[in-house]
Amino acid sequence: MLQPQDAKELDDSQSDQSMSEDTRAEQPTPEEPRTHGVDISTLGRENKQRNIDEETIALEVKDLNLFYGESQALKSINMKIARNSVTAFIGPSGCGKSTLLRCFNRMNDLVDSARIEGSITMDDGDIYQKSVNVAELRRRVGMVFQKPNPFPKSIFENVAYGLRLLGINDRRRLEETVEKALKGAALWEEVRDRLNENALGLSGGQQQRLVIARAIAIEPEVLLLDEPASALDPISTLKIEELIYELKDEYTIVIVTHNMQQAARVSDFTAFMYMGELIEFDETNALFTNPKMKRTEDYITGRYG
Amino acid sequence: MQNLKNWFKSGSPWIWLNAAAVSTSLIMVFGLLSLIAVRGMGFFWPADIVETDYTDKYAQQVRLIGEIWESESVSANQLRENGYSIPEELDEVTRYLIKTGNRDLLGADFKVAVALGLTEFRFPEELMKVERREWGNLYGRLVSVKENGSVVAQGPGAWDELRARLERVLLIHDEIGRIEKKDIGSINYSLEKLRLTERRYELDDALTAQREAELADKRKQLQAEYEELQARLVTLYQDIARDSLSAQIQDDRVVDVPLSKVVEVTLPNAMSVTQKLATYLRNLWTFVSDEPREANTEGGIFPAIFGTVMMVLIMAIMVTPLGVVAAVYLREYARQGPLIRLIRIAVNNLAGVPSIVYGVFGLGFFVYFLGSNIDQALYPEALPAPTFGTPGIMWASLTLAILTLPVVIVATEEGLSRIPSSIREGSLALGATKFETLWRTIIPMASPAIMTGLILAIARAAGEVAPLMLVGVVKLAPSLPLDGNAPFLHLDRKFMHLGFHIYDVGFQSPNVEAARPLVYATSFLLVLVIVSLNLTAIGIRNHLREKYRALES
Repeated sequence: MLQPQDAKELDDSQSDQSMSEDTRAEQPTPEEPRTHGVDISTLGRENKQRNIDEETIALEVKDLNLFYGESQALKSINMKIARNSVTAFIGPSGCGKSTLLRCFNRMNDLVDSARIEGSITMDDGDIYQKSVNVAELRRRVGMVFQKPNPFPKSIFENVAYGLRLLGINDRRRLEETVEKALKGAALWEEVRDRLNENALGLSGGQQQRLVIARAIAIEPEVLLLDEPASALDPISTLKIEELIYELKDEYTIVIVTHNMQQAARVSDFTAFMYMGELIEFDETNALFTNPKMKRTEDYITGRYG
Repeated sequence: MQNLKNWFKSGSPWIWLNAAAVSTSLIMVFGLLSLIAVRGMGFFWPADIVETDYTDKYAQQVRLIGEIWESESVSANQLRENGYSIPEELDEVTRYLIKTGNRDLLGADFKVAVALGLTEFRFPEELMKVERREWGNLYGRLVSVKENGSVVAQGPGAWDELRARLERVLLIHDEIGRIEKKDIGSINYSLEKLRLTERRYELDDALTAQREAELADKRKQLQAEYEELQARLVTLYQDIARDSLSAQIQDDRVVDVPLSKVVEVTLPNAMSVTQKLATYLRNLWTFVSDEPREANTEGGIFPAIFGTVMMVLIMAIMVTPLGVVAAVYLREYARQGPLIRLIRIAVNNLAGVPSIVYGVFGLGFFVYFLGSNIDQALYPEALPAPTFGTPGIMWASLTLAILTLPVVIVATEEGLSRIPSSIREGSLALGATKFETLWRTIIPMASPAIMTGLILAIARAAGEVAPLMLVGVVKLAPSLPLDGNAPFLHLDRKFMHLGFHIYDVGFQSPNVEAARPLVYATSFLLVLVIVSLNLTAIGIRNHLREKYRALES
């Protein structure tokens, strides 16, 4: 799927934007063909080594099975999501990574035929218990979708949407929170003068950051990102990735991505899924440089998928 | 041969066929509109009055004074069979229909005259047209103006004197109308209210002596007001009866017309084009702003315009929430299955039920069942006279709301299904419940589609007549459903409707020939009313579309 050549091009195109001419010349270029994995050092970001066993756990998935009618989409998934970290789900199309992501805020409830076994624990409570208020859960677990989906309202009203749902109508408080959220999503400088314009007039990348601002305005604990950059151009993608990196300090982030470069760049932990199964889950550097499973290695070196 | 085949192959004939179909439709629409516009609007132009001598088939000579209503070519043979002597060499003869008016004096409004028997047409400037409140127009020459039976002006100065005195009479007439309709009308309304209150107390066994005294007191007060107004009316009636005019009509008779019976006098032959234009516009304004006279064949049609617009608005207010709520349930909440499919098919088919059937349903269910129950529960004091248990504007609007409900449901469902699921998910993911998502995002985004449904509903409802005849439309409504008497909106009242007015004037009036231009004019106005209602709705829809432009991206 992703050849070293591609990786280099992508890297270069982004360097164009982020770095000046002379620093670009100093970029390390891979000289020998890689046999496996992604050369993390080429991605230009330092990665602190983190260990899942030493982290506080935000979400814990236990023996999760999900069925769409007769067919099983997720097969006994067990995993832990660390607080204030970025966890990436990678895997070929149809492997169930988006389905798993949507389990965290119970978006699968919208599918009539979906049925779930097992549990997902958040703060010592199973989110699939009957007593759980789904709207309340979704307020705590925000979500950003693949395609930017701003409402046909003004920029301000888009960000204020979740707040108004909470019954906050005090203008001053709304303004403060909207500004904070837009700053948090690195969009404030671009839209501060046109908050009352329709959000649909923004570019795709701006719309996606607006949607992120909308999600963080209600200060969720967990932020789910479902391929947030796949519909965007490389520059917008870079901005979103930088944003994810910054948001990590305050939120627990789970991201689904097709782009392994992206997973390697932004995430602390990576889960590789295949055919509804969680094949391997590890610290990102470890998974990309030293995958334990054969299938993971095959996938990240582009042998299938 | 080969060429022709290629020509067919190229598809050109198909394009020509399409273009022909479109142009035929356009020609038909514009032809229809221009026909009713020309026929209807031409009526208000002050026509010249012609004077001519006519020798009829019995060789009797009469003088005719009137407007040329229409002329047509008739075959000579037909006329010969009817006893006219027509020279051998003629195959066709022109025949005129002359509106001579003076129905009370001549027996008929019209005279048929074959062109051969007519002398030349003369247009003397002194010919006068008198529009009267009764018996239609009078055509003739002004002889004199009288006050209390004695001549005050004749000859050249008579016309100016007549204009001045008519002005005064019209003012008095307006005041009489105001007192009778508004002041006395509202006293009558209050008296009726008092009577009902008293009856209510009686039914509740709560008519104490104190209350009775209060009511009697109020009644006395109203009675006093009434007598005051009555006295004023008597003097006004004396005033208005003071003047009259004498006119010489076509058979040289001189007749007196009291000015109180006159609406307008004109000398069309003496008018310049600008004067005629001014008269034309005044006539048009009278037509749209006045109340009808003479069994609807004269005067204006304001109550009908008002009734139509109001009925449509009430219908829109009722059908929109009902249709939207039903569509939201069908599309958003109900589990999609065979039952919902069946309901959807049934709803779609409801749009095809003949409208008179809805009228029958409205009469049976709304008027007789709902209405009489409402009367028994809420208006027992008025019984046996029904309040809502009789056809009225509310039942008419409700019947039409049911008639147009399928259109609104289908259009709204269409709109709801077009909203991308990403928008719903976006809202739900922010912690909105399904209802909040619908209320804050989905329904506003579907509002252009709802407006489309409403536009179709209005177009259908405004043109519908048949069911209304059963549930509330009348030939002549004594009062509008909206007036100055509290509670201002009287949903139990009967109302007038342009569509029914057309039918009534065209087919039920005593003088069909004279009323025919009014049929065209009323039709034209009905089209205008529907078009303007629709344009308003379309304007609102375009505004909403602009606002919720998300669907295209």
